[in-house]
Order: sequence, then structure tokens, then C-alpha cells
Amino acid sequence: MAALGIAMGGGNWFSALALGVTLLKCLLIPTYHSTDFEVHRNWLAITHSLPVSQWYYEATSEWTLDYPPFFAWFEYALSHVAKYFDQEMLNVRNLNYSSSRTLLFQRFSVIFTDALFVYAVHECCKCIDGKKAGKELTEKPKFILSVLLLWNFGLLIVDHIHFQYNGFLFGLMLLSIARLFQKRHMEGAFLFAVLLHFKHIYLYVAPAYGVYLLRSYCFTANKPDGSIRWNSFSFVRVISLGLIVFLVSALSLGPFLALNQLPQVLSRLFPFKRGLCHAYWAPNFWALYNALDKVLSIIGLELKLLDPNKIPKASMTSGLVQQFQHTVLPSVTPLATLICTLIAILPSVFCLWFKPQGPRGFLRCLILCALSSFLFGWHVHEKAILLAVLPMSLLSVGKAGDASIFLILTTTGHYSLFPLLFTAPELPTKILLMLLFTTYSISSLKTLFRKEKPLFNWLETFYLLGLGPLEVFCEFVFPFTSWKLKYPFIPLLLTSVYCAAGITYAWFKLYVSVLSDPPSSKTKKQ
Amino acid sequence: MLNPLSHPGAGKPPMFGDYEAQRHWQEITFNLPIKQWYFNSSDNNLQYWGLDYPPLTAYHSLLCAYVAKFINPDWIALHTSRGYESQAHKLFMRTTVLIADLLIYIPAVVLYCCCLKEISTKKKVANALCILLYPGLILIDYGHFHLGFALWGVLGVSCDWDLLGSLAFCLAINYKQMELYHSLPFFCFLLGKCFKKGLKGKGFVLLIKLACTVVASFILCWLPFCTEREQTLQVLRRLFPVDRGLFEDKVANIWCSFSIFLKIKEILPHHFQIIISFCFTFLSLLPACVKLTLQPSSKGFRFTLVSCALSFFLFSFQVHEKSILLVSLPVCLVLSEIPFMSTWFLLVSTFSMLPLLLKDELLMPLVVTTIAFFIACATSFSIFEKTSEEELQLKSFSLSVRKYLPCFTFLSRIIQYLFLISVITMVLLTLITVTLDPPQKLPDLFSVLVCFVSCLHFLFFLVYFNIIIMWDSKSGRNQKKIN
Repeated sequence: MAALGIAMGGGNWFSALALGVTLLKCLLIPTYHSTDFEVHRNWLAITHSLPVSQWYYEATSEWTLDYPPFFAWFEYALSHVAKYFDQEMLNVRNLNYSSSRTLLFQRFSVIFTDALFVYAVHECCKCIDGKKAGKELTEKPKFILSVLLLWNFGLLIVDHIHFQYNGFLFGLMLLSIARLFQKRHMEGAFLFAVLLHFKHIYLYVAPAYGVYLLRSYCFTANKPDGSIRWNSFSFVRVISLGLIVFLVSALSLGPFLALNQLPQVLSRLFPFKRGLCHAYWAPNFWALYNALDKVLSIIGLELKLLDPNKIPKASMTSGLVQQFQHTVLPSVTPLATLICTLIAILPSVFCLWFKPQGPRGFLRCLILCALSSFLFGWHVHEKAILLAVLPMSLLSVGKAGDASIFLILTTTGHYSLFPLLFTAPELPTKILLMLLFTTYSISSLKTLFRKEKPLFNWLETFYLLGLGPLEVFCEFVFPFTSWKLKYPFIPLLLTSVYCAAGITYAWFKLYVSVLSDPPSSKTKKQ
Repeated sequence: MLNPLSHPGAGKPPMFGDYEAQRHWQEITFNLPIKQWYFNSSDNNLQYWGLDYPPLTAYHSLLCAYVAKFINPDWIALHTSRGYESQAHKLFMRTTVLIADLLIYIPAVVLYCCCLKEISTKKKVANALCILLYPGLILIDYGHFHLGFALWGVLGVSCDWDLLGSLAFCLAINYKQMELYHSLPFFCFLLGKCFKKGLKGKGFVLLIKLACTVVASFILCWLPFCTEREQTLQVLRRLFPVDRGLFEDKVANIWCSFSIFLKIKEILPHHFQIIISFCFTFLSLLPACVKLTLQPSSKGFRFTLVSCALSFFLFSFQVHEKSILLVSLPVCLVLSEIPFMSTWFLLVSTFSMLPLLLKDELLMPLVVTTIAFFIACATSFSIFEKTSEEELQLKSFSLSVRKYLPCFTFLSRIIQYLFLISVITMVLLTLITVTLDPPQKLPDLFSVLVCFVSCLHFLFFLVYFNIIIMWDSKSGRNQKKIN
């Protein structure tokens, strides 16, 4: 009895947190799942039933394989377990097949692969120094970070309700970041290369990795004032890094190169035919741009400056179509977004090159790259905000300024995920979980930094509090008004624009803090 | 209907029972005049989920019906809305339950844990968390209104706000008549307080005030039904269906378990069944209640709540499986004093509802919440280290026994082994019920086994709690007062 007692009450809080969130994920099994569920079932079927040469050509279902080859191999491995649950799901022709066993298998596979995420969080906690912590367990930065990452609301609803496999992918990213913090650069690079071949959206943050590894790893030493010492360039390191990347890419794309399918694979991976924004505008800069365009066009119509006949019908009626034609402001092309993104990334990359501040500086650059790409990218999905939110959690327990930016970014980002779960039964769940997470994050970070100035100024507080009335209006008031039939897109538009303002503000604030950071303190931070 | 976290209801079969009953009551109370609510008529078929709870439930349904009418009148249209099922309606019903919980039950739990003396804030929070995580109340959660009010009643009476406490408890009784399980301890405790204050002075004043409060609250709730004798009688007939027999279905009750061996329902005549159940119930709860009247203390009050409710559950008639929640609530209140036995009891009470939960396809939430609850309790209270005699509050009992049997030193060991056996049995039975099919000749075998095993546990707990109450007097004065 006593031994059992010691085992249970031994105080291993990390396992308790991990187990608790796993139990919560089990409770979320019967919830609503989006079309992504069918997407992954289809990929299980494709990889299981068809030979490799057919994987990127198969188009029976509309949800074709559009992730890099490692993910396809991952689905292939899963399919070998799936056949013990329900053989029927592996039939390519069984479109929209979702028996209860299929559901159980898919949900459990997400929960199971989250083990990598749990391990990555464990490693990240080791990189946090807890010197300023109090005696209380719940006040230690490690504890707060673990809760913020393991119980992250956005990850929970995107992975375990909406259905995706982001858990283990973010695990790979956090693990590579942790390895870089621990000065195991080769492993970090390897993990990131592998990650890229699992989901190519992580290309958003590849510049940060590239520049950091080049600057801080390939140049082995700095001059006393911190600038680059050109003669410390190590060819060995560059070559080994290049070799790692090359080998991983060869392993991934090699088979398809041999089959001469590389163009087809690339066309599947980067479909530029889709529009600037998809049906629900991700809360980025283009959402604000679209909204401004709409406002200007309405004003123009009222003031008779614009001819109603010349305005494309689509943009007047709903604004939810894929191809967005702007009426007043110039239309945006993929190239324009790429240029904007590059311009937005450039200052942070320059900062990383000229004022390297060790792994912490790298992390900030990574977050800025992710946020900039989110803000200015082409056909960005609102789920991509998690790419910035999760690494930002690592910074949030370090400095008060970072904590404040993190809270604004996270709360707004999580709120912007609400339209993903639009079904009635999920309404109490999402509101309850969001309130719990937001309350915890704000109160714990406030307690951690209580000795410094308050985290939010009055403008930020009002903005965050405004999310409540916005939600009440969109979900409870709007459906009963007469506007519901005439302008059904208004709640989505309001959510999008309101969140875009918050995210842009957080991005701006983070940029200011990175650019104005004094360059002198880097040797200690190394 | 479930807590939103455990069952957002994707494509599960409609839980026709209580869900439809609640919807039907909204329909009846909204569309029919008050006089017809409890009577059989062409508009109100009492066989189809007729109203069988006291008037406060009816008023609450009426209130919900007004909200429902504002959102979608189809939900409560007379006759045509039978069996109505839609996502929006489910959300509405679930929200009404959630709001009721948030307003009444959860604040009561939080306030109760705050008022616990002599434990640190961290332990108070842990205590509140464990109570809120109790699987029984999460999985069976259409309306904890009555439990919330009862809890306010306990809180009020324990903190010496007697009038408020008794008012809250009267509201609880008027909400669900099963709260009468808790009524005797309230009565005895308050009576004991009056005696203690002296029947010639303050005590008498208190008694009069309490009596007035009780009578006034009852009159207020029953006002529309007090006008005619027939009305009142009909309501009482609906509330206490004496002609339905000792028990229905399978319940972890003495009578049901006894009927495995001897079919008492068929042997004994009807009125005799009622008389013996009455007698057994009162005989089993009498000692504790008498003690509470003579020596009223807050601790004794809580333990008497447990033992009385348990006696009623085991021996009363027409007991439903869900009535175990009326016992679980007082046990939650003593969680901080005897964590090990309370956790054990709460696990058994969840287990006793297994057939009901399986019927509602709640296996996964059941497993998850039980594991979460067990781990929360085990870590918050370190229950496995608190199994000594002193911790189990059995010290005075075992001292008395040792006067006659000097070798009686292994009580806590026995209890630990019993716990292990019990958990293994429960897990095995759960696995068997879920995976295997019962034999053809005995289709109810598994649910009967579950009920029988639970009943044995409950008898053990009844004896245990009564021992604590009866042997409490001497040690209560010597130890620190845990008020």
C-alpha cells in the first residue's frame, strides 16, 4: 500500500499533466470532426492499397495527397495498424467512410502520436531556467510552460476535435528547438529537415534555421564586440549540415525523383490556383486589406464615385468566394504576397545575422518568421497561427514583455480558431476550454511576473475583454437578427478583422522588442 | 444529457428517457393550466412521462419553456413536439442544465471547501476539484438543482445560519422528493441545536422560527395546489407511487439483492412490503439520528447525512439507481476527513451505476472520469498513506473491541486487503460486462451481479459509518474540534 502511495503521490507533476490531458483527449473522441478526417482516411487508403508510383497521381477523392513523402510513409505505417480495426476504411473507393471503429482508430492514432509532443515539451522544460521562481510548484516557469504547451487550447481543438496530426509535428519542431538550445545543432538540423519533409508549411520558419545555423554554428567564434569573425568559418560544419539536409531530402524525394514524378509531387505540394484567402479569412494582413477594400467600395458606392456595374458581382454579395477580386485597392498576386513576406522577414533575419543572441535570438526570429508568413502569406489557413503560438510559449516564461505579447497573440489566435468548430454541440466545449486556458495563462503569467510592471496597458485590456462581447454577438445575438439572411458572413468577417488587428499588433510589438534589444548581452546568453 | 465535455453527442441515439421527460414537462407546464399539471387528461397523458416531482420542478420547467418559446416554439408545441430531437434543442437543454449547475451547485461546492477549517488553501482547492470531478455527478447530470440546494442547506446549517439553511433545504425537497432521504438528519440536528440552547429560552425561539420558515416555504411552493384537497392528494399520489412495489429494475438495494434468493415481491402482500421497508429503514437510521439530536455537532451532522441517506437507499421502496447520488453528495463532504474510505465509496457508487451508464453508451466517459477522479483523489489526499486506524476514525472503536479481544490489531490491514479485492472485483466485472455476452438463460446476469456486489459494499459502508458516528463521542472532545 505504501509503495503504491509513494508511486502515486511521488510528485511527478509532469506525468500527471500529460496523463490528465490524455484523458481529456479521450473525452473529445466523439466530438465533431471536419473533412480533414476524411482526408486522412483517404490517405490511409491510398498509401495502403496503391503502389508508391500512384500515390501522388491518385485522384478518386477530391482530397488528394498534398503533404511531402514522409507524411505519406507515416500514413502507410498507420494503415498497417488500421487494418486490424476496420479493413473497409482502407478501400480507396469508400469515400466518406466513417464507422465507429474508424473514428476510434483515427482519434487514438492522434492521441498516441502526441507522445512525441509530450517528450518534446519535457525537453523544452529543461531549457528553461527557473531561478526566479518561487517555492510553490505552480509558480515555477517549468510548470507553467508545461501547462501552456500540453494543454494548449488551439492544439487541442485543432488536433482532437477538428482532426489533424499537428501534435507530433509540433513535437518535432519543439524538439529541434530544444536541441538547438542544448547546443546539439546537428540533431536540431536533422529534426528540422525531417519535419520539413513531413509538412512543408514549416518552410515558413526555414530562413530562421538557415541563418542561425550558418551564423552561430558554422562560424565558430565571434569578435569581442559580437560581429562576425570571418576566419572562424568551419567548412566541416557547413558540409555536415548540408549532408544532413541532402540525405534527408534524398530519402524523402529520392523515390519520386527516380520515378520522374518530381514535378507532379511539387504541383501537389504547392497548389497556387487557390485564392488569396479561403472561405473564412485567416486573420492576417490580407483580411484587413479585404475589409478595407470592402469598406472603401461601400463608401464609393454611397458617394457615387464608383459605377455599380463595373464591380464584380462576387465581391459585392458575399465575399466568401475563393478568388477575391478587389474593387478599390489593387488585386494581390501570389508574387506580391511572397515579396511582402520576404520584406517582412528580412529585418528579423538581419538581426539574427548581425546581432546574434544565441538560441533565444533564434527563437524570436523563428516566431517572427512564422508570424510574418502568417500575416502576408498566400492562402494562409488560420490554423497556421499555432506555428507562432507554440514557440512563443517558450519565450513567455522568460521575460514580462514577451509574456504580454504571448498573451495577446495566444488569446486572439485561439479565438480566431472558433469558426473552425461551428456545430452547436461544440459550443459549450469550446467556450469552456477557451475560458479555462485563457484564465490560467493570464493568471499564472501575471503571478510569475508580479514584481514587474503590469502585463497589459488599458488598450490591450480593452481589446482582450472585447473578445467576450464579440463572441456573444456572433453566436447568440446575430442568429436572431434579421441580418442573418442578408449578410450571413458578418460574424466571420468581424471575427477575422478583430483578430487580425490583435495579431498584427502582437507582431509589431515583438518586432519592436527584437529590433530594440541591446546587442551587448549576447555572450552571457550563449 | 451530459456535461458538454463528456458528450457533445455526435450521432448517438437519442436518450429517450429523462431527456424527453424534461422536454415533455416544459410542454405540459407551458401549455396547460396549473390545475391540470398533475392530473390525467386527454392533453396530459400521465403514462407518457407524467410529472412526478414536486411543484418547484414544474415551475423550473415552466421557466425553461418560456425561454424555449422565445428561441423555437416547435420545441414545446402541445402533442406535436413529442420525441423532438435536434442539435439546437440538445444544446438548449444542455445549457439550461449547465446554467443551473453554475449558479447553484458549483458555488455551493466552492464555498463549502472554503469554509473547511484547518486545511491549507491548496488542499481546499484540491478538495473542490475532487468533488467536482466525481464521475457520478458528471455523467448523470440533468439537473443538480436539488443537490445544489441541499448543499446550500448543509452549508447554512453547519455555519449557524439555520434559517437560511433550512430554507434552502426546503427548496431542495420541493424540487425533488428524494431529498427527504436527507431530511431526518436536518431535523435531528436542528432539534438538537434547539435543545442545546435550552427549550425555555433561545432554543424555543429558534424552534418556532425554524417551524415558521419550513411551513412558509412549503406553503409558498404548494400554493396553487393547496386550494383543493383533491389537488394536494393527487400531487402526493404522483410523488409517492406506493402502488408500484418495492423496487423496479435492478438496483443495488437490499430488496433487489434479497430477491435473488427469495422473490419477496411476489410472496409478500403489497402493504406488508411497504411496512417492512419502512421498519427496516427507520431501525437502521435510528441510532445515528438519536445521537445527533442528543449531541449535535457539525461533524456528526455530516456523517449522519451519509448514514441516513445510505439507510434509505438500501431499505426504502421504489429506489432508483441514481438515488445513490444522494448518498454520494454527503460522502463528498467528508472527503477531507476520511479520504480513503470516501474515495472507495465514491468509486463503488460510480460502479453501481454501470448498467445504467452502459445503456446510455457512456463507457468511455465513465472510464476516463473514473481514472481522473481516482488519480486526483489519490494525489491530493495521499489516500494510500492514510489507512491507519486513527486516520480511518476507527481508533475508539478498535480500542473498545480490544478490551474484549486483545488480538484485534489488524483492522487497517483487513481494510486495505478488502479495498484491493473490491477494486479488482469491480474492474473484472466491468470488463466482463463490456466484453462478454450474458448466457441465454440469465440475460440479466451481469447487471444483477453488479447490483449484488455493490449492495454488499454499501452494507459494509453502512456499518462503517454507523460505527464512526456511535464511537465518536469520547474522541470528539479530546481531539481538536474539527467544526
